[in-house]
Amino acid sequence: MTGAVDFLHEAAEDAGPTGGGLDLGVRSPFQLFWRRLRTDRVALVAAGFIVFLVLVAVFAPQVVDLAGARPPNAPSKRYFTLGKVGVPSPTGPSSKNLFGVDPLGRDLFSRVVYGLRISLEIALLATGLSVLIGLVVGLFAGYYRGWVDTALSRLVDILLAFPVLLLALGIASACSLGNGCVGGLIKPGLSVVVAVIALINWTFIARIVRGQVLSVREREFVEAARSIGASNLRIMFREILPNLVAPLIVYTTLIIPQNILLEAALSYLGVGVRPPDPSLGKMLADATDVFDTAWWYMAFPGAALLLMVLAFNLLGDGLQDALNPRSARPR
Amino acid sequence: MTGERILEVRDLVKQFDVTRGVLLRRETRAVRAVDGVSFDVIRGEAFGIVGETGSGKTTIARLVARLLDPTAGTIAFEGRDVTALRGSKLRPFRREVQMVFQDPYSSLNPRKTIGSIIGEPLAVHSLEKGERRRPAVQALMEQVGLDPEHYNRLPHEFSGGQRQRVGIARALALRPKLVIADEPVSALDVSIQAQVLNLLRDLRRDLGLTLVFIAHDLSVVRHMCDRIAVMHEGRLVETAGADELFADPRAPYTKRLMAAVPRIPA
Repeated sequence: MTGAVDFLHEAAEDAGPTGGGLDLGVRSPFQLFWRRLRTDRVALVAAGFIVFLVLVAVFAPQVVDLAGARPPNAPSKRYFTLGKVGVPSPTGPSSKNLFGVDPLGRDLFSRVVYGLRISLEIALLATGLSVLIGLVVGLFAGYYRGWVDTALSRLVDILLAFPVLLLALGIASACSLGNGCVGGLIKPGLSVVVAVIALINWTFIARIVRGQVLSVREREFVEAARSIGASNLRIMFREILPNLVAPLIVYTTLIIPQNILLEAALSYLGVGVRPPDPSLGKMLADATDVFDTAWWYMAFPGAALLLMVLAFNLLGDGLQDALNPRSARPR
Repeated sequence: MTGERILEVRDLVKQFDVTRGVLLRRETRAVRAVDGVSFDVIRGEAFGIVGETGSGKTTIARLVARLLDPTAGTIAFEGRDVTALRGSKLRPFRREVQMVFQDPYSSLNPRKTIGSIIGEPLAVHSLEKGERRRPAVQALMEQVGLDPEHYNRLPHEFSGGQRQRVGIARALALRPKLVIADEPVSALDVSIQAQVLNLLRDLRRDLGLTLVFIAHDLSVVRHMCDRIAVMHEGRLVETAGADELFADPRAPYTKRLMAAVPRIPA
C-alpha cells in the first residue's frame, strides 16, 4: 500500500515541478507520531489528567478558595476532637475540610493542592535543568567522540555508580546549612532540591542524547553542513539538535515522575522542602506517626503522589510507543 | 590536455586506521582506501572518476572537498596548497568548492525546510542577508527546476529526484568554481537519473562550472565527462579522454570493467 503511494508520488512529482507532495498523503514523522498517539487512549487520559494537575497547581489559590478551604499554613485548634486517651486528634474529611486536617489543624486539601504545586515546580525545574545539562554533555560527547566522549562518559559512569539517595542526602544536607554551598549560588530551600535532583538525573539524558548523536552525525546532511563551511557548534545545535527533539520529549516525560519521587523522598527524609511549606513527601513522613488515628493524613497526599507519578509514566510510555512503534509492548 | 589547471592532486594517500580501545590505543590494522593518486582537473571540464564499489572513489571526493584529511600527498586548488588548511581557514575554499552528495535521502536534514536548507550556505557565509535571502534562494530553486512556492516544505514531501535538485541548489548557492558530484544519481530511479544528469550538464554549461563527477556506471560517466580516470583498489589505473577511453582502453582493468557492462543482445 505505502509502496504504491510512494511510487505514484515519485512519478507525479518528477513529471513536473508543480506536482505537490502534500496532496498525495505523505506524512511527516511528526504526523505519524501524532496519529499513533491519538489512538492510545491510556496515554491521552494520562495527558488529560496531567493538564488537570498543572491547572490545579497553577491556580492553587483559586482552587483552595473555591473549595472553601483555609490557606495551607493556617493552623487552628477548633478542628480537633479528643481521642480515646484524651490526646487531641485531628478531624477527618468533612464538608468543611474535604481531606480532613493535619495534626497542627491545617486544612489537608489545601496542603495537598499546594504540595502538588511545589512538587511540580521542583520536578519541572529540575527536569529542565537536567535536560539542559544532559543535552549539552551528550551533544559534545557524541559529536566529538574520542577523548571528549571518554572523559564525559566516564564522568557519567562515576555519577551513576553513586548510591543516588545517599549522594542526594549528603549534598542536600551540606547545602542546607548556613549560606548554602557553591559560593552561595545554591541557597538552602527549593534551589538545593532542584540542584541535587538535576545533578543526579542529567546523566540519564546525557546517555540517551549521546547515543542519538552518534547515529545522527553519520547522516550525510552533517557532512553537507561541514562542506558548506558550518562550524561545529552550528552543526551541533542547528543541524543535529532538531533531530533529537522527539526522543528528548519522550525521555523528559519519563524523568519528570522520577524527579517528583526523588523530591518526595528527600522531603520524607527531611532534607527537601522546608516546613512550613507543604510537601507531599513530608506529609507522608509526618503521617506515619499518626496513621492509627488519622488515616486521611497519609491517604490523600499518598494518592495524589501516586496518581501524578502514574499519569506521567503512562504518558511517557505512550509517547515512547508512538515514537518507536516497533518496540511497542504487546497489548 | 590543455588549459589552466584548477585542481592538482599529487600522491594522495588516505589510510584508515582500525583501532581498538581508547586509553591503550592499539592499531589492529590499516586500510589504504586511496593509495598514491595523482591527477589534474582543467578549468571548465567535466572530469569523471569511475571504479567499482570500494575502489576509493568516494574517499577521493571527500579528500578533495576537504571533508577528510589526507594521510599523505597534496591538493592544490587554483595553485594554492589547501592540504593543511583546517577549521575557519578552510572557509574561503568552501565557497569555491562544493559537493553534491550521493544519497538525497540522508543528505537533507529532515527537520529543515527546503528554503532553509538551500539558504544555509548563504547563512553560514553571511551572504544575501535579511529580506534578500528568500528571493535569492527562490531564484536558485527555479534554476534547478524546483517550484519556488515549495520554499517552506520539508524534504519528506519530495521525491528522490526533487531532493537531489535541492542538493544541487545548495551546492550552487555559493557560486562555486568547482563542484564535486559523488554518485549523484546512483540512489535515484533509472527514469529520473537522466533528468538530473541533464540538469547537471546544463548548469555546468550555463555557469561555466568545473565538475568532478564520480560514478560506478560507465555509461553515465561517458554521457557527462570530457576526461575519465579509472580507479581500482585505491589507485588510478588509467586516465584518458572519454572517447579515447571507450574506443581504446589501455589498462587491463579498464578492459575488464567495460566487458563487465551487461548488454542486451540485439
